[in-house]
Parts: sequence; structure tokens; C-alpha cells
Amino acid sequence: MSQIVVEKKVLNENQKLAAELREKFRQHKILVVNIISSPGSGKTTLLERTLERMDKSKRVVLLTGDLQTENDAKRLAQWGFPVKQIITGGTCHLDAKMIEKHLADWPLDGFDVLIIENVGNLVCPTSYDLGEHFKIVILSVTEGEDKPLKYPSIFVKSELMILSKVDLLPYVPFDAELAKKNARSVHPGIEIIETSSKGEGLDEWMKWLEDKLAAVKSGELVSA
Amino acid sequence: MHELSIVSSVLDQLEELKKQQPEGTRFSKVGLRVGELAGVDVDCLRFGFECVVKDTDWAHLALEIEQIERRQRCPGCKEEFRAENWATECPKCGEAATITIAGEELQIAYVEVDE
Repeated sequence: MSQIVVEKKVLNENQKLAAELREKFRQHKILVVNIISSPGSGKTTLLERTLERMDKSKRVVLLTGDLQTENDAKRLAQWGFPVKQIITGGTCHLDAKMIEKHLADWPLDGFDVLIIENVGNLVCPTSYDLGEHFKIVILSVTEGEDKPLKYPSIFVKSELMILSKVDLLPYVPFDAELAKKNARSVHPGIEIIETSSKGEGLDEWMKWLEDKLAAVKSGELVSA
Repeated sequence: MHELSIVSSVLDQLEELKKQQPEGTRFSKVGLRVGELAGVDVDCLRFGFECVVKDTDWAHLALEIEQIERRQRCPGCKEEFRAENWATECPKCGEAATITIAGEELQIAYVEVDE
């Protein structure tokens, strides 16, 4: 019996495609964010509020992933930005191939921001690089404060945590300080913005996006 | 539940690797390295592997998984430590912003070949 040393990433194919996508995004100076959360944490609502506030001169495009239905794409399309639904047909995450396929007939030239709304799932999307600059995780106050401890990988890999639905804090037994402490214990550098669909934190979130976009346009922010 | 796609990615890579070997080479075992930050459930992976290889040319292929703990390095005092219970603070000097140096692996480490 002999052994062959392989030392390759299991998701090598995905990694290669993600690297190609990343290079394309770099050439076209597009900011790409990959938004991940449990089902029902408010990904689509956050995006609605984002598009509502977005400077209409910015060219923002969205890919939204779900197991079934075009519902989210319909919800998001009303703001006038191009939206495409990725129906995974049961797959619990988006992979780089799906992104490549759905971007194929969009001219990337002139796009400013690509927002990818991943399938609602805190586990599987973590493993798949989509060529994005940042993963963003949303945790809502109707979940448990210990989610960062139960699903650490996604909190470790996310640049930013959005704590959503904070307008419900008076009505739910959720300790926001503990949730933030838990997130910081698994990822000390994680940025945190508290939001609600009523408007709290949305200016801060829009500024976060604008700052990152400016850094991409100036060439200061290059995703590795 | 993406462990099945992970199994098929492993087998795709083994197919490719096999093509580069002399005719008739048989792989008897594959060794994977899975970090605790990889987002992969090892039991699901084992179960998925059994289901996928059953009744195929890979049915004889054994699977060995090495699980890798999350380890951190302190940028200040250079201490390297295991992140117990996900706590990433340096146990020696208290630095909060430590760097992950292990635990994100999802790799094919090796294959064993029947002679």
C-alpha cells in the first residue's frame, strides 16, 4: 500500500470559479456582498429598505436565492433595479457556478454593486465562496442570543453582523448586549449594525455600503 | 445539508486524480481534513459518503476524516492556543483580536493506493 499526497481543497472547482468571478468583479470595480441568515431573519426586508434608500444613479443588481418561487425577486423588483431569482430547486446554498450562470447575460460594465441574497441557512452557504468582498450575516432579535455560538463559522467569516428587528426588543426576551458579546467572542473584529424595518440603523447601513463601494471604486479595497 | 455535494466534489477530484495514475490503480482510502469552522457536519459527511459510494466503483473506498480544531495566534505576544468554547481572546495577554490559524480546512489530504 502506498499513499498519494493530495492536499487540495474539496471545493476546488467552486474555488476556481469564485476566483474567476472575483477577478471579473475587480476589473469592473463592482462591490459584491453575500448576505446570509436563517430563514425569516429579514434578508429580503433589509434589501427592500436598502433599495428604497439607494441613490438611483447607482447601478445596483441583485441575485436572490431560494429553493422555490420567484416571490423575492418580485418583491425586490419594484424599486427599479435589476433583480434575478436563482431557484436552487432544493439545494441549500448558492455556489459560484450559479452566480456565474445568472450573471452571464448581464453586462457587468457599469455596475456598481452586486448584492447576493443567499438561501436562508446559517450553515451550508458558509462553505461556498462566491467571489464576494464580504459576507454579511443577519441575526434577528426573535432568534436566540447564542446563535453566534451555535453557528460560529458564519459569524467568523462575516465582516458585518446586522442585528435586525430591533424595534421588537421591548416585546421579546432577547438580550442584545449578550448577542453582540457572543458574536465578538467568536469574531473579535466583527462590525455590528442594529437595524429595523422601521428605519433604525438604516442610515448607518447605507453609509457602510457607500464607504465600501467608494473603497472598491478607488481601488483601495481589493478582495483576496 | 450540503454534505452530499461535498462528497460528490471529493469523488470528482478522485476521478481526475485516478486518470493521472497508471492503468488499473485502485484507491483504497481517502483522507479528508475538516476544520471545525468549515461548516461541515462530520457525521452527515460519513453518512452521505456511504450512501453515494454504495453500488458504485467507489464502494470499496474507505473514508478517514481528520477533524481540525480551531487555533488562534495572538498578534501581540505570539501565543498560539486552542479556541476553547469559541473564545478567541488570548489566554496569556488578554488581546481580543487574535488571528485564526487553523480550523477552516476542508481538504483532501491523501489517498491510499492498493498495490
